[in-house]
Amino acid sequence: MTHTLRECDVLVVGAGPAGMSAAARAAESGARAIVADEGVAPGGQIWRPALRSSSPVVAQRWAARLAGSGAVVLRSTSIVELRRGANDGWLALAESNDGGFQIAARSIVLATGARERFLPFPGWTLPNVVGIGGAQALLKSGMSVRGRRVVIAGTGPLIFPVAASLARAGAMLVVVAEQAPRHKVLRFAAGLWRSPALLARAAAYRAAFLRTPYATGTWVVAAHGEPAVQSVTITDGASTRAIECDLLCAAFGLVPNVELARLAGCDVAEGRVIVDARQATSMAGLYCAGEPTGIGGVDLSLAEGEIAGLAAAGRQADAALLGRASALRRHAAAIDEAFALRAEVKALAKPDTIVCRCEDVRMRELDPRWSARQAKLYTRAGMGACQGRICGSALECVMGWPADSVRPPTQPVRVSTFLQDIQSAQSLPHGAH
Amino acid sequence: MSAINIIVDGRTLAVEENATVAVALLDAREYAFRTSVSGEARGPLCGMGVCYECRVTIDGVPHRRACLVVVAAGMRIETAAARA
Ligand SMILES: Cc1cc2nc3c(=O)[nH]c(=O)nc-3n(C[C@H](O)[C@H](O)[C@H](O)COP(=O)(O)OP(=O)(O)OC[C@H]3O[C@@H](n4cnc5c(N)ncnc54)[C@H](O)[C@@H]3O)c2cc1C
Ligand code: FES
Repeated sequence: MTHTLRECDVLVVGAGPAGMSAAARAAESGARAIVADEGVAPGGQIWRPALRSSSPVVAQRWAARLAGSGAVVLRSTSIVELRRGANDGWLALAESNDGGFQIAARSIVLATGARERFLPFPGWTLPNVVGIGGAQALLKSGMSVRGRRVVIAGTGPLIFPVAASLARAGAMLVVVAEQAPRHKVLRFAAGLWRSPALLARAAAYRAAFLRTPYATGTWVVAAHGEPAVQSVTITDGASTRAIECDLLCAAFGLVPNVELARLAGCDVAEGRVIVDARQATSMAGLYCAGEPTGIGGVDLSLAEGEIAGLAAAGRQADAALLGRASALRRHAAAIDEAFALRAEVKALAKPDTIVCRCEDVRMRELDPRWSARQAKLYTRAGMGACQGRICGSALECVMGWPADSVRPPTQPVRVSTFLQDIQSAQSLPHGAH
Repeated sequence: MSAINIIVDGRTLAVEENATVAVALLDAREYAFRTSVSGEARGPLCGMGVCYECRVTIDGVPHRRACLVVVAAGMRIETAAARA
């Protein structure tokens, strides 16, 4: 195994909208920038390379800007650990298809995005019960839904683009159930007049699935079927109905990916990385942008990425950019308030419902007096392959257990990467410069 | 769109090139990707590499996440159905 070390001024972790704008701005400011993403190409969750539709203009613009900036893009490369390096810098442990290597950087921008929040309900483990963003991701990687009966049940603005994509792809979208109550959704929609671009976008999405009812104050109760989902029961609290379907998309908003930030020692509160106006975290030389600082949508991710990329390269963002970010943050706060989870959706699991899908731990095995750590020790909940990324955020909602602390590495790594890490820890205790 | 052949549980399937293994299996109505520790059939949930529910054996390597791997001509895939 060869010992490899790459060096740069700014390492950006994640090449979604936030990471792309961060890397581009840092490189344009003269910094030697590297941006690493575990995906096959830059774009993140929203602009991931689509098989059947072309990318929007903004996506193409940022892709071109990144390509022209001089930043080095590392594809299919996961950053699995961060530690302090020499001269107040940072050392990242990376893993690619060819094995592990290290990257020494003066500063780092964490732009690791978000994942969906799944909540357990009877039948949620059946095949063909997928996430809402999950359905979008599968569609973009080529899944065919023509003529298939689809139900969406969940919450938040992400429902809109996904319902539109499903309808455009020829799915028979039977119903869209939004758990937030009607008055909150209406108040949120009324507030959109302040951002005409967002209003136009929402209207265009709705037009694409206009024939499907958008039922507010309605949520999933159970999914049924054998060997895969065949029907779903939804309720508005007063009446319940069963709907036949071939695909159920059920998820409850997004959860920031804060594992790497936690591992590096950054302050995290309410599941978000704490940053200042320059996107600086509590750790010197570590910046954070996009969804890990709070779910705000693509425009906020882009703006925060720009600010962080400039700051990491020692530059100051101008007032217009800072102002744009704070306006978008107000919009994000309105989303949080409108689509807050109702108590009923946190209490859908029955005693025999599986809550940890990797280890098949059932609801009745958990004791409400425990912590997430105790649940791990006594039942293995959160010990499986996903390392608690699915059940951890579910149990946070269902049991009120804050996420357990993170231990390196943050995802299952290959033996070779691990060995390299151990070797270098012996030979280069403070990184390499 | 051009098609390539892959082998799923011994059966030859024509799939679209550039599709992920997860999509190739779902489009072929293969829903049981893996068997859970208590014996349930499971398939993709997150579509983005987080949940590990889509694990299959690809060219002899077990536990590959089907949603992250793009199909290649002649690729051999084993699902839970084959092991049942
Ligand atoms: C499944 C899913 C689908 C979505 N679809 C849409 C949509 O269709 N329309 C819409 O408006 N919004 C969508 N969203 C919301 C979307 O997350 C935001 O609008 C936007 O993409 C956020 O940009 P970001 O750069 O902050 O994060 P992301 O786009 O999530 O980018 C983060 C990137 O970091 C990478 N990464 C994370 N950790 C590591 C690591 N340790 N090492 C290396 N790389 C890493 C990821 O691979 C990813 O590419 C979706 C969200 C999800 C979860
Ligand atoms: S579908 Fe979740 S990891 Fe593949």
